[in-house]
Amino acid sequence: MRTDPKSLLKVRPEGLFCPAGGFYIDPVRPVDRAVITHGHADHARPGNDHVLATPETLAIMQSRYGQTAKIADQASAYGQVNTIGDVSVTLLPAGHVLGSAQVLIETGGARVAVSGDYKRRADATCAGFEVANCDLYVTEATFGLPVFRHPDDHGEIAKVLKSLNTFPDRAHLLGAYALGKAQRVIMLLRQAGYDRPIYLHGAMIELCDLYKGLGVDLGALIPVTGIQKKDLQGEIILCPPSALADRWSRGFGDAVRAFASGWMMVRQRAKQSGVELPIILSDHADWTELTTTIRDVEAETIWVTHGREEALVHQARLFGLDADALSIAGFDEDSA
Amino acid sequence: MKAYAELLERLVHTPSRNAKLALLAQYFRTTPDPDRGWALASLTGDLELKKVTPARIRDLIESRADPVLFRLSYDFVGDLAETASLIWPERTAETPRGSNHPLSLNEAVQTLQTTPRTKIPSVISEWMDALSPSERYALLKLGMGGMRVGVSARLARVALASLGDITVDEIEEIWFGLTPPYSDLFAWVEGKGNRPEIDEAAAFRPMMLANPLDEEQLPDLIPGEYSAEYKWDGIRVQVSMREGAIRLYSRTGDDITGAFPDLVAGLTGLNGVLDGELLVARNGEVAPFSDLQQRLGRKTVSAKMQQEFPAHIRAYDILFDGADDLRPLPQVERRERLAEWVSDADTTVLDLSSDIPFERWDELQALRETLRETGIEGLMLKRHDTPYVPGRPKGPWFKWKRDPLTADCVVMYAQRGHGRRSSMYSDFTFGCWRPGDGGEMELVPVGKAYSGYTDAELTKLDKWVRQNSTERYGPVRAVKPGLVFEVAFDAVQSSKRHKSGIAMRFPRIHRIRWDKPHEEADLVETLKNMTT
Repeated sequence: MRTDPKSLLKVRPEGLFCPAGGFYIDPVRPVDRAVITHGHADHARPGNDHVLATPETLAIMQSRYGQTAKIADQASAYGQVNTIGDVSVTLLPAGHVLGSAQVLIETGGARVAVSGDYKRRADATCAGFEVANCDLYVTEATFGLPVFRHPDDHGEIAKVLKSLNTFPDRAHLLGAYALGKAQRVIMLLRQAGYDRPIYLHGAMIELCDLYKGLGVDLGALIPVTGIQKKDLQGEIILCPPSALADRWSRGFGDAVRAFASGWMMVRQRAKQSGVELPIILSDHADWTELTTTIRDVEAETIWVTHGREEALVHQARLFGLDADALSIAGFDEDSA
Repeated sequence: MKAYAELLERLVHTPSRNAKLALLAQYFRTTPDPDRGWALASLTGDLELKKVTPARIRDLIESRADPVLFRLSYDFVGDLAETASLIWPERTAETPRGSNHPLSLNEAVQTLQTTPRTKIPSVISEWMDALSPSERYALLKLGMGGMRVGVSARLARVALASLGDITVDEIEEIWFGLTPPYSDLFAWVEGKGNRPEIDEAAAFRPMMLANPLDEEQLPDLIPGEYSAEYKWDGIRVQVSMREGAIRLYSRTGDDITGAFPDLVAGLTGLNGVLDGELLVARNGEVAPFSDLQQRLGRKTVSAKMQQEFPAHIRAYDILFDGADDLRPLPQVERRERLAEWVSDADTTVLDLSSDIPFERWDELQALRETLRETGIEGLMLKRHDTPYVPGRPKGPWFKWKRDPLTADCVVMYAQRGHGRRSSMYSDFTFGCWRPGDGGEMELVPVGKAYSGYTDAELTKLDKWVRQNSTERYGPVRAVKPGLVFEVAFDAVQSSKRHKSGIAMRFPRIHRIRWDKPHEEADLVETLKNMTT
């Protein structure tokens, strides 16, 4: 008899659990065995005994926590089949950040895939999303409303370059999450022909170095610490979003504050962030990508989590799919 | 449309005045006529198309989007035009083909102006298919009228002036004789054409405003250098009577002539530009402000209304006598000319605001404390030697309001009431301005009140709150700055518990100032100076 795909995943306080494999995916509390989809802090947490993840994700965890697993870690390249308990586990590219993976679980003819965070548009800093055909697909829904259709990346980056042209005397502080978004912003600027050095807030340096070490060419990057304010007029300084409102940012005079995030799509959100130049750039799937993906995977059942589940569940049902919201504790929308 | 949408997008997120000016100037420099003129008109409030209504927008969306998804989206986004612009489906192979060339602002404006209302939805939806989300938003807002991007009409004109050697005052002198899209104005400012010919009779002259008097300053002021008069409790207006054309302007230059045919009739044949207080007065007796409110905010007015609430102007100052510009003259000389002008004018709808003779400040102080007469808000002090200058110069004019203490505050939050009022937003938190960390002005709450309005006013307030809310926290809604309350209170105490550092004692809503721009509400500092 074929295994019921829904029996392969259970929600527990620690996180999403696979009973047949005895492991959790992105647990919020330390567990014996964890499969980690990617290095963002709300997915990759320290203190698990055993960790399976891509080599890049392990490198990011090592860099962030000085540790991957307490007992043993296992690096798995994309596409490599690993046996854990009674199931086989394969990591597939999720296109979210460097090393990000979807988790495909197979046993007894049943196929279940957990998306982690993902996006489907091109990103030169990480491997592109692969469709995981399965019976049950667990999808994120951070931007699960039809108002979120992210515009073209290059058009958004052009806004930064246009602003440098309008305000050549003002430093441009560009807030971007240190893991993934920052490197993608740099890459997009390079692709747009911007070849000046890009300055970095201290918190960005380590991950940019790590990306470079893993073969992502980001051009000339200079730590901003110690650089004279007058030398930064008309330059781009990349910093964590929180630094934009921090006292740190006062040191740059009348700077243009920009913030690269998918939330910038909505004016009120953009207004709340208090920045002058909202850049709509997300590492998550937008509505079009979400609704395309839930059909592409050809699953009968869609479970929706992390975000605005209600709208995507509604849309999946309109497509004739069996869909439900899955509430997993411990995730936030801050890293969107 | 693209450049215009981008401009609006940048303006809405740009707090700094200088940066706004740079963005506007760049747009004006790089955008051809007549698009830039229409953009200017949309920012100065001179292009109120009012062709698109919220109901139309809802109809449009329902034709293109699933109702559940629309509701969830609207809940999240909060603004109807924005929700529509974001949720509108992208063009696909099945989308009916509309025009393929990019929509210009000029084409959008002209089409909206000339298309009958019933045809508007089909025109809009065809355009929406071809536009980006931010262009759709700009289009809808343009069609609805009322572009709120934190740019005042004056700021837009200052940006225009920066294109050439013409000053903003020179532009404002002729502004009210101009019509969009202002190609002649742009040509003049850029040195490529002559000063546009306008009908001078219609011009609005920027008005002179007073600062509140800080009583501690009094000993430093010399009584003999000042005149005193009553501060009447109406709204400040400028009445321009030249070559037969009568125009009545509010303090911000809005033309409110249409609502006051009784004044126009009573002033016809006169020549001059006067500054005064618009009141409702019966046989020279000034009626309470609430009577005047019956006449405000209307486009037209019935004969019955005119009879019940007769409009009147009490003149404070004279800017022009005929074509003679008196503004450079000192206050006392203008005052004499005003008195002559009024006595020569054979009219019952306008009279002179009388001078109050005094020799020492304490006489005025005593007078002020006894002021309980309806229609008087306090006293005005005007220095004898000063010309009539636009803006709010420090020194020449002081306003000295009577008790109780009042302050103009901006509504920030509204909360639903209890019992009978449980469906109404009836409890209001309001704030005043102070310089924020970045140097920009910010609002901080200074008090809360839930009384002082009539039932009819409450209904209107409730509607306003619902239309202007930005966020909900349970029973509380945050609203965008836009409505000013004149709050009366017994005292101000300093308080560590409040972010503003002060607390009002027994605040109540004295009047709802639908007419007052929120930027002109009081400063927290002003309230601090009232601390007892």
